[in-house]
Amino acid sequence: MFEGYSLAELGSIFAMQGFAGLILFSVFVLMALGLAIIFGQMGVINMAHGEFMILGAYVTYLCSNFISSTVPALFPAYFFIAMALAFLASGALGMLVEWGMIRFLYRRPLDTLLATWGLSLILQQIFRSVFGAREVGVVLPDWLMGSVAVTDTIEVPINGLFVMGLTIAITIVIYAVMFRSRWGQGVRAVMQNRVMAGAVGINTEKVDRYTFGLGCGIAGVAGSAFTMIGSTGPTSGQLYIVDTFLVVVFGGAQSLIGTIASAFTISQAQSTLEFFLSGSTAKVLTLLTVVVILMLRPQGLFVLKVRR
Amino acid sequence: MTRTPQNRLFGRIDGDIAGILILAALLVIVLPLGLDIFRLNMVGKYLTYAFVALGLVLCWGSAGILSLGQGIFFGIGGYCMAMFLKLEASSPEATKIQSTPGIPDFMDWNQLKALPWFWEPFHSLTFATVAVVAVPALLAFIVGLAMFKRRVGGVYFAIITQAFAAILTILIVGQQGYTGGINGITDLRTLKGWDIRTDEAKLVLYFVNAALLIGCILLCLYVRRSKLGRILVALRDKEDRVRFSGYDVANFKIFVFCFAAALSAVGGAMFTLQVGFMSPSFVGIVPSIEMVIYCAVGGRLSLLGAVYGTLLVNWAKTMLSESFPELWLFAMGALFIGVVMVFPNGLAGLYQQFIAPRLGRLLPRTASGAGTPIIPPHTAAD
Repeated sequence: MFEGYSLAELGSIFAMQGFAGLILFSVFVLMALGLAIIFGQMGVINMAHGEFMILGAYVTYLCSNFISSTVPALFPAYFFIAMALAFLASGALGMLVEWGMIRFLYRRPLDTLLATWGLSLILQQIFRSVFGAREVGVVLPDWLMGSVAVTDTIEVPINGLFVMGLTIAITIVIYAVMFRSRWGQGVRAVMQNRVMAGAVGINTEKVDRYTFGLGCGIAGVAGSAFTMIGSTGPTSGQLYIVDTFLVVVFGGAQSLIGTIASAFTISQAQSTLEFFLSGSTAKVLTLLTVVVILMLRPQGLFVLKVRR
Repeated sequence: MTRTPQNRLFGRIDGDIAGILILAALLVIVLPLGLDIFRLNMVGKYLTYAFVALGLVLCWGSAGILSLGQGIFFGIGGYCMAMFLKLEASSPEATKIQSTPGIPDFMDWNQLKALPWFWEPFHSLTFATVAVVAVPALLAFIVGLAMFKRRVGGVYFAIITQAFAAILTILIVGQQGYTGGINGITDLRTLKGWDIRTDEAKLVLYFVNAALLIGCILLCLYVRRSKLGRILVALRDKEDRVRFSGYDVANFKIFVFCFAAALSAVGGAMFTLQVGFMSPSFVGIVPSIEMVIYCAVGGRLSLLGAVYGTLLVNWAKTMLSESFPELWLFAMGALFIGVVMVFPNGLAGLYQQFIAPRLGRLLPRTASGAGTPIIPPHTAAD
């Protein structure tokens, strides 16, 4: 498949595709981080995660319309406001769902899967009724348009760079929250031994609710980032949910580092293959490889050693 | 009234068999008399999903293995049958306007010059019929062998089967020249010269389908009554204890997964025959999960419940989508949530809770405890 390309061209192709893969990587990481927290830490399968992401995307869309029509001066900075709102909206909905549904199902993971799938159908129909079946896109502020030419043959789009920067920042924040804060300590304590954590005075129900909210909120932020690289429709979230679950499982469900590493591997493999083969073949090959590796190594790439 | 265990055993057999007889009477006598051929054909289509639901009752209800990829097997079964019918419909005379006569029309549109090798054996009806059951069972065997031998189960198994459903859909849609792409295999006409599009053919196929379904229910009942069925329930409730008792747990799981796959495939083949086409929209993630809800609504532990659940959900789907299309997804979503949170035993559970006790008073012995144990809270799914 490499015939007909010179070495320099191949280098450029890999660099460009690699960069395109990095954008995919960013969306995967943002979605998978939320999912890894919910699935890895709480053992809940949230099939509605894609819809939480799309909620964030729609909030961003509304925000961009609202600001450009009322306070155009703020438009260059609207994205940051939108991101905060997306986080709050998805997080709040997540906490509501946890309170109304998930908390009754903690010991039945397969049932959470079915119930959240039902939730995702309802959310999709709400999106369709409110925003219409057609996909919507946001207008980017000027400073996010265009691209940076690194060499003659390699061009890097600015919005891609921005999304990546954002992903790195959010990952660091999540890491700090989960592993460096007192609250994160509480979450990890509940995950490792719920009864004991309760016995030493941690309010496990509250921890559950906020953890679920945090995971969904991150999905909302992912939706914000998603608007910069794709258009948003009622069913856009469903397209990513299986990929994201594979990312989380492939990385080893309880390891955040594993999630990042597997998101990187899958997105890069897919995007590089896409250039040489057709899109569908690339996707099939990537997914098949991941599934086969998972069959050989069911615990995923990185395993957190916890005594149960 | 005191009853010996012996009596209770006969009572149960009578209850299940009576239920099957009632279902058979409904399918073979009441519905054909009460519905016109269009609606009857529709019921026939719904009943093909009931095969999948039956498989799920064994696989998920009895053995606790939730597969989110039953659409794969339904689809492969359907495609095997569709490939045979398509080849028959693409005789050189019927396709002489194509640039390459004698190959299916979609291959011609995609500039294929010859029939691909894996299509060749599907000229034979015998091969196609065997393939309908054998190919899905083989695939299920490979997947099951790889996963259950390594003790992958529960949630991971569900996610990986779902990934397989996604892979197969992408593959079918992407390889348009070989599979018919997103449109699937359409325009199927005759089975060995017998036109399957006429009303008489639809009626005959409906009865064949109903008979096959009753046969499959009896087969499933046999499996559940056997020692094997008891081991399946045991490994759902306490897998380790079964393993420590000296059973190779993986083999039982592989068997039940293959069995469910074969049942789904039979449903898929009957679907193709009755509806006249097969497309990737019956293979992917969304249809696969929908098939789980048919089973869940009926009651994941009850074979007959699964059939009624399938009929009810599909009937509701048709009614709602005909008159209020936007309501359907809400109803479906609410069904998923409701069936998990409010009535985890589905229709069968409601029947046992409210109707069976009264029936039992009316007809002592015959209808008492019509079959299935109530699901124990928490153990069923984890």
